[in-house]
Order: sequence, then C-alpha cells, then structure tokens
Amino acid sequence: MTHKPTDVGRNRTGSGTSPLDTKKTAEGATASMPQRSFEMPTATKLRVDICGQSEPVGTMPPPTSLKGAAATVLQKLKGKNANVLLDLLGQRLAFERTGVRLYEALLAKYDAASLHDEGIAREDIENIRDEELEHFGVLVDVMRQLGADPTAVTPAADVTAVASSGILKVLADPRTTFTECLDAMMIAELADNAAWLVLADLAARVGLDEAASKFRKALGEEEQHLAKVQHWLIARIDGQLGVERTLPAPAPSMPPPPG
Amino acid sequence: MALDILKERGVPLDRQKFTWREMAGPPFSKLNDDAYTRVRTILMNGIESEALRFSHAAARMNRDLQLPLATVRRVEQHQQTMVNWLNPPDQSPLDTTIGFEQVAIEVTASVAQSEPDPYLAQVYRYGMLEDFDHMYRYAALMDRVEGRDANDLLQGYTDIRAGRPTSVEHRAPEDDLRTPYDRTKAAPITKLNATTIMAAEHQTHDFYMTVGPTYADPVGRMLYAEIASIEEQHVTQYESIIDPSETWLEKWLMHEATEVYNYWSCVQGEGNPRVKAIWERFLDYELGHLHFVMELMKRVEKRDPTQLLPSTLPDPIRYESQRDFVRQTLAGEVDLRAVGTKFVRGQESQATLRYRDQLNSEGSPSEMIAEGYRWAPGTELADRVEFERSEGRIQ
Repeated sequence: MTHKPTDVGRNRTGSGTSPLDTKKTAEGATASMPQRSFEMPTATKLRVDICGQSEPVGTMPPPTSLKGAAATVLQKLKGKNANVLLDLLGQRLAFERTGVRLYEALLAKYDAASLHDEGIAREDIENIRDEELEHFGVLVDVMRQLGADPTAVTPAADVTAVASSGILKVLADPRTTFTECLDAMMIAELADNAAWLVLADLAARVGLDEAASKFRKALGEEEQHLAKVQHWLIARIDGQLGVERTLPAPAPSMPPPPG
Repeated sequence: MALDILKERGVPLDRQKFTWREMAGPPFSKLNDDAYTRVRTILMNGIESEALRFSHAAARMNRDLQLPLATVRRVEQHQQTMVNWLNPPDQSPLDTTIGFEQVAIEVTASVAQSEPDPYLAQVYRYGMLEDFDHMYRYAALMDRVEGRDANDLLQGYTDIRAGRPTSVEHRAPEDDLRTPYDRTKAAPITKLNATTIMAAEHQTHDFYMTVGPTYADPVGRMLYAEIASIEEQHVTQYESIIDPSETWLEKWLMHEATEVYNYWSCVQGEGNPRVKAIWERFLDYELGHLHFVMELMKRVEKRDPTQLLPSTLPDPIRYESQRDFVRQTLAGEVDLRAVGTKFVRGQESQATLRYRDQLNSEGSPSEMIAEGYRWAPGTELADRVEFERSEGRIQ
C-alpha cells in the first residue's frame, strides 16, 4: 500500500472539488422544482401499508426432538414462549460463527499491516478468534439440549446477518486497512456484548441455570474482546494522529455481571 | 489520433490470454477516480455483454459458425469479466445504478450529436430525455431512503432534475418500434452508434432486473421494476433501428467494429493509467477479432468486408459533460411523444394510454419517490436542516 487513506489525494466527491459544475446542477434543480417539499406522503403511506401487510422474513423451524434431555429442559420454560429464546440463541450462534471468520480476516490484515509499537500481539487476535469458536460450540450444545437444530437459520439470525453484512465486507475488502477493520470490529463487539448480556439474563430468568452460567462466562470474555479492540483502535489512531497517550491496558479479566 | 482499422491487425486470437488474478484485478476508486472512468467501465461491460448475447444468438442459428463464434466469445467473456470487475466492492448496486444512468445520459447525448441521420439523432435524444428522468428518480431514492448524495458519484458533470416524467414513458409496444437505417446507405458511424446504444441499454435492463429485487425498501423495489420496464422499451426501440436484413456475418462484423470503436474512444479519454492500459490491450484484442471476422466473411460469404467498414474511425465518443446539449434538448423536446415510429406533440395512441393507465392504476413509484424532490449539494437534508433552524424547530 503506497498511500494511507488519511493522505490528501484526489478524492473527487463533494461539491468542493467541482464548485462551478455543482452550482450549475443546483441551479438546474431549483429551476425544475421551484416549490419543493421535504415530505413524500404518498410513499410514506405506501410503506406503512406494506409494512403492516408483510409476512416476516421467515419463522422458526420445528423442534428436532421433544424427548429426553430436551423435554426436561423445556419443562422449565413451561408457560413461556420457548421460541423467543431459541431465536435469540440461533442469532447468537450465527453471529459467533461469522465472528470466527471476521477474526481470521483481521489476522490477514494484521499480517499485511505496518505495525508500530502499539502492543498488538497476533496471539491476542488468535485467542479472540478461538474464543468466538468456543462460544459457537457452547451455543450448538445448548440448542441441541433444547431440542433445536443448530444448523437452521432462525429469523433473528437472518436479520442480524443482514445488519452485520457490511462489517464482513469491510474485513474482506483488500483495500481496507487494519485500523479501518478494527473500527468495524468494534461495531461487531459492541453489538455482541449487548446481545450476550440479554441472553445470559434471559437464560437465568427462565431457569436455565447451566446455560446461564456458560453465557456469563462468554459475556466476560466478550467484554475483554471489546476492551482489547477499543484499546488497539485508540492506539492506532493516536499513532497516526501523532499524539501520545498512556492508555491503561485492558484488565486481564472482568468480573462476571451479577445474576 | 486516427486509427486505420483495415491496416492495424491488433493481437491475433491465439495470443489473447488471461489469468484469474488479472481478471479480478484491483478495482477503480469510487472516491478518487473520475466519474467517466466508471461511465466507461459500465459502458464497456455492456458492449462486451452484447458481444456474448449476439454471439450466442448467432450460434443458435448458424451451425457452421459455432466454432469460430465460440472461440471469439470465450475471449469476450474474459474481457467482460476484467472490465466489470473494475467496479469496486464499496460501490453499492444503487451507486452502480447512478453510474448506468450517467452512461445513458452522457454517452447517448454524445452519440446524438455525432449521428448524421436526423431521424436517428431524434431517436437518441428522445431516449436520452427518458434516462435523464430516471437519474432524478434514483437520486431521490438514494437521498430519501439512504441519506446519500448521487452527485458524489456524478461529480457535477450531470444534472439531477426531472426530464420526460418516467410515469408517462410507458408505451404500448407498437409505439416503441422505430424505422431502421438502410444497411446499403447508412454511414458507418450510424451503425456503430446503434450497436453501442442498444448494447448499453440492454445491459442496463439486465442489471436492474438483477439488482432490483435485492433492494429492501418497497418503494425502491417498485421503482426498479418500473424503470426496468422502460429499459426493456428502450432495447425494443434501439434494436429496431438496426437493419434486420443484415446477414449474421455482417452483424458480427459490425459488432466487432463497434467494440474497436468503443475501446479506441475509451483510450482517448481515460486518465487512470492502469485502466487505460486495459482499454489499449482490449483495443488490440478487438482489432484481432475484427480481422478474424473479416477473413470469415471473405471465405463464407465471398464478400469484401472493407466495403462495410470505414478505413479511419469516426470521431470518438466524447467523455465530457453534455449538460448544455441535454438542457437544450430538455427545453425543446420534453413534451414529445412517440406514436408508431414518429415523434409528435399533443397526442398519443389509445393503446399506449390504456397500457399506461393500467400500470399506474395503483400508484406510480417514480412519482412517489420524487414528490416535491429538489436535489441540493449534500442531499436535501442539507437544505432541510437550514429550514428547520430558520423555523426554530432545531438548533
């Protein structure tokens, strides 16, 4: 890479690079629409109508087993809609599985990057990748115990994959830098932290104590992932900006949240 | 720089080679490259796509030509790949859509001015004003659904304002056919122009049919459906201006000449040295294809291909802002309508009116998305923030 994205170059977007042409475009736009409106009521009404009439992206798959351990565990959920929990488990499973691939892509960026004295060790990234894989495995086990199919795509898994598809594109694009990828990973880790918190809390409240315990452990590790990614990102930005700051390293371990 | 296509033989077919890595090479920069680099990339992808489309149709109708067609077509496949893969992954389908409409406006405007046949020049101006309106509608979609500015892609070269309203562009098929040029009398540039614009419009249609259903917003999905339908009409219009009595080999020869002419035009205007090298390389490849087909024509049809080709290429397509020409056309011709093969004012066929009323009877997406829409630098939200401040509703 001969240029850094923060170098001044020939970015041609924006009206500043073509002020005369842009002025002509704006004059033409005004001439053709003298009475403008910021509202589009017909389109807005159509959207509301269609949103109200649309079916969801999909529904939950039928359980694979209602016998043995699954039946015992689901007894604890009696009177509650187990599918809500299963949908969230499916969502987390898919996110963690993709998370492994995200960190593999980040490792390629790391190997290609010009690193300075920022205290970013390759094995730290490898450890996070391995923990994402471990979390995926935890979710596979819990879903099987609940009689759910861990290979199915639940609706929440699908919608979250759409929401996070941009993160994957950033990591996969050879033109993006290690720093830009850390920024994208921070979005992933922030979302992941919030989701594990909800999942651990939910499992505890419906009486899935063993699962809740595993989820709290995963949450503690995810908090570490976020802290590390933020720390690395700030170190990179500070280095590029040319400012010095003494950052406390992320704590070696975070206490699990109460519950 | 003049190019004698009868003397210049380019690269022979057996030396036209590729690797996967070079075909999927580095893309252009959406932010840094000139908008006309994207325009040329999109157009040349369309030209190569037409080369494959024509070649397959010809193979289905000509057993004896199947091997030579397949041999050239394999190279065209890899040329199209290398060209199309210049589009960068951060360029969304809607970004590329804005690029397609910029092609349809800027290239068609240049072609309309170089066309010596006044009727065909009118055909190009007519189609151009319709694509000009599509740009306005898609820019409104980009602004009002995604909060992004189409001018960041257009770089100020192309106006964003209403043309002939898309909602009135829907016509019955009999009003989309035009009178073809006469192959025995038409100037070479007339044939090159027709194949170029037909190819561009066909690829535009195919692109919208591919990406339209991937757009999530319901109004956007409808808008892609509506404009894809107009692009189908445009393909109908532009393929009808080509003399259908040309033989298959004559059409193949003119396709290859069109590819030579277009790559040569791209070479003249390209500022990105890496992309320019691709245009130069493929100009040489296309000269190789042209001479290969010239030999076939001599052997199979016992005809002299030099009677059909210009020795020197006409002036290249001009890759520069056509704003003044477009505005002049807009002012003088926006109210034209097509009835049969003619362009008239103040009347339309009953067939077209019935067809259009049916399609628009549950609402018009192109009208809905652009209701009261006026483009402003930095999106209409840049104007709205000033307005809301002046009203004291925000600080």
